[in-house]
Amino acid sequence: MDLFDKFDPIVDLRASLPFKNTDPFKVVMDKILSETEAVIEGRHTILAGTNNYMGMTFYQEAIDAAKKALDDFGTGTTGSRVLNGTYGGHKALEATIADFYGMDHCMVFSTGYQANLGMISTLGGKDDFVIIDADSHASIYDACSLGNATVVRFKHNDIEHMEKRLKRLPADAGKLLVVEGIYSMLGDAAPLKEMLEVAKKYGCTTLVDEAHSMGFCGKNGRGVAEALGVEHLVDFFVGTFSKSVGTVGGFAVSNHPKFDVLRFVCRPYIFTASLPPSVIASATAAIEGIKRSGNRRAHLWANANQLHNGLKDLGFHLATQKAESAIIAVQVPDVQLGTKFWEQLLEEGVYVNMAAPPATPAGVFLMRVSVCAQHTSEQIETIIDRFKRTADIVGLNLK
Amino acid sequence: MAQADTLETIYALIAPLNKKGITLKPESTFASDLELDSLTVMDLVADIEDEFDIILPLNLLPDLETIGHVADAVEKITNKG
Repeated sequence: MDLFDKFDPIVDLRASLPFKNTDPFKVVMDKILSETEAVIEGRHTILAGTNNYMGMTFYQEAIDAAKKALDDFGTGTTGSRVLNGTYGGHKALEATIADFYGMDHCMVFSTGYQANLGMISTLGGKDDFVIIDADSHASIYDACSLGNATVVRFKHNDIEHMEKRLKRLPADAGKLLVVEGIYSMLGDAAPLKEMLEVAKKYGCTTLVDEAHSMGFCGKNGRGVAEALGVEHLVDFFVGTFSKSVGTVGGFAVSNHPKFDVLRFVCRPYIFTASLPPSVIASATAAIEGIKRSGNRRAHLWANANQLHNGLKDLGFHLATQKAESAIIAVQVPDVQLGTKFWEQLLEEGVYVNMAAPPATPAGVFLMRVSVCAQHTSEQIETIIDRFKRTADIVGLNLK
Repeated sequence: MAQADTLETIYALIAPLNKKGITLKPESTFASDLELDSLTVMDLVADIEDEFDIILPLNLLPDLETIGHVADAVEKITNKG
């Protein structure tokens, strides 16, 4: 028995897709020219699918800080946060993030995935309930698999559906509600105010993942809860450095007085090496930068609105009525047309994410575009033009 | 084995999804017999939860392969409550 036989249906599915020369799994960025441009297969390409929302990957202060940290502290810590892997920089970054969120405590994880994995699997014990949105990110689902809590799922962003389920849970049980500020595939925002108010009515502890909203939602870029003025209803924020912060890593913040015990009990925090000093240094500089980046935020929203309006006016089918985030998701009717569209668009010189079920909700097939604060409005116009050209070439009907 | 009325209630919820028009039995499987994808199963689970006013925890779902499994789980949960 070959252990790989079970993957044959997936291999067959992939082989059945009508790609001609390339596919999303083969894309290699040969040169990164800037936050918004790369060379792929020799072609100059506009990057419109990198989650680099605030464009911090070439932020000068972050680069300088990382270089200095490399020289001063070396390439890696070679150890866990709870052994030899906590440097002064790690503590300083935690203080920077706690300050950014105006909260007492912060833990930095090696990835955003591990931040969700660790927080949710550790907070939800065997007698507790974890209540999640059906469209939750894989890291949240995997956290549920890793943990021992009873997992309750409600329909995406459906407050009534959520409340019905909360009502059925024992009043005195431990309950953790997990929601995201922005959902990564469709780029839609959660109705956080109503959801958190209902959750609190039923005695839930609340965790909000602001991975795709940090940087540009809210006056200071703390996320959707800040934008809606409901941060006081959030017990834990989880976030990532691999999007707006422009590097890699994750974090959780809270005011809970016992928060620090998690450093002793949270396995995805303990049993992995800590982030290299250079990553820590660039994350710290980037978050300091994000605080002062009102202009970038404004330009990012202008880009998102321009792209949304432009594609909508051309008759593309968009996942949201208006731009709710820096993610603009274009729906394509089926996998055949979707694969052709994605490949043609890449040949036109625009890189976006192709997203297919089950990573997308409700079986939809998506061209997922994420805009960057460093895109010029001319680049956005070019993206719109190339979407139109691509639709004409592959025969995608526009409304 | 689950009570007939529990099964009937579940059959009624599945009926609109029974695209191939197979005869529903306790042994019918969601994946092979009914050919339901995971997203459809998710909606069906939500409907069953609301019909019986219970929670079918996500942790339980991998073990529920047939209509009979679901009916048994529903009864176990309702009796406990």
